[in-house]
Amino acid sequence: MSTATESTSDPVREARLRYLLRLGDTSLVLGQRLAEWVGHSPALEEDLGLANLSLDLVGQARLLLSYAAEVEGKGRDEDALAFLRDAPAFVNLTLAEQPNGDFGRTIVRQCLLDAWQLEVYEGLLNSSDTRLASIAGKAIKETRYHLRFSSGWLVRLGDGTEESHRRVQDALNELWRFTTELFAADEVDEALVAAGVAPELAALQGRWSARIDEVLKEAALVRPAAVPYQWHGKRGVHTEHLGHMLAEMQHLQRTYPGAQW
Amino acid sequence: MMAAIGDRERHVWDILESVPDPEIPVLSVVDLGIVRHVRWVTGSNGQSKLHVGITPTYSGCPATEVIRHSIATALDQEGYVDTTLEEVLAPAWSSDWLTEAGRRKLESFGIAPPERSVANPRHLFGVPAVACPRCGSRATERVSEFGSTPCKAHYRCTSCLEPFDYFKCI
Repeated sequence: MSTATESTSDPVREARLRYLLRLGDTSLVLGQRLAEWVGHSPALEEDLGLANLSLDLVGQARLLLSYAAEVEGKGRDEDALAFLRDAPAFVNLTLAEQPNGDFGRTIVRQCLLDAWQLEVYEGLLNSSDTRLASIAGKAIKETRYHLRFSSGWLVRLGDGTEESHRRVQDALNELWRFTTELFAADEVDEALVAAGVAPELAALQGRWSARIDEVLKEAALVRPAAVPYQWHGKRGVHTEHLGHMLAEMQHLQRTYPGAQW
Repeated sequence: MMAAIGDRERHVWDILESVPDPEIPVLSVVDLGIVRHVRWVTGSNGQSKLHVGITPTYSGCPATEVIRHSIATALDQEGYVDTTLEEVLAPAWSSDWLTEAGRRKLESFGIAPPERSVANPRHLFGVPAVACPRCGSRATERVSEFGSTPCKAHYRCTSCLEPFDYFKCI
């Protein structure tokens, strides 16, 4: 009976929940990765820069996950979703969880995902889901800054010394295989496109690709060849790196449940 | 009657003008443009209740929690004990909402105010020429896109050599 009521009030409730978790988890995981740089960046300005990006991403994750918790309606809040779920329940893009490596590798990962988030948020501005549209309207302003930072550094490193060029090209070659997942639509995406909630991923791919090509060209980097799609972070199947990251991120809440500042 | 409602709203705005931003204490929360509305809403019990709408500057800005707390405390002290603080996300906060008074306070505090306005196409292409808050020279350079708080970038004046914060245009 209650299921029937729910399905009439929101026919795409399950898909909406899944979609919000995917966006929120991607921001959260990427934000946590960037936070690992705090105190370790090559220069103070970059330390502040990465920490600022991290803060924005965690803030976006909070908005998305608290909305997800409401849609879920099981009495969980954004903290419960962030700190008390195990790796298989996380549905972030696999690229976001990849380890930082050196500064160049972090910048490559960041640029690829900033450009992706920019397209997604842009598409969500016209979402039939007004709350999601308002979150996107907030996030897109921050994402423009992020992309300016990451693409600026990618150009400096790619078109820098022989050593910096080699390092970012290597990172690009290694991380490129995770980019196919960025645009691989499944039944969740399709249901939300049909409901006017989410933009069509295939339509975003062209613009993302053109933007990335432009940056790579300026950075004197070579775009790697596409490889068959085989990573499924957004379906909860992760590389081994996520579990290690969560162990650190969730340690405090797991050890002292309910602890507050 | 309308005047009376205006007066009680004015009183609340006056209180909020005394609530400082925790990171840039020369600015009040009103100067920052983050208070979106002050209004009384009549509940189902017929009681009229004060609602204050606040919008975050940046989604992850840690000051947001402190600001909520400061606003609630300030209103509480003035007798508004049962205020509802509402989070307003849309339209998203813009540095254009900084008041004139706020811009002047920022500058005298040593922080360059945002180049207006967001709609200015100059901001879509390249870096705006920011005037040094110390000597007024526009011969300045950006040290880092990101400064000591999410809303600021780090600049340096090449005329008087002053390092300074620039309140970003967003």
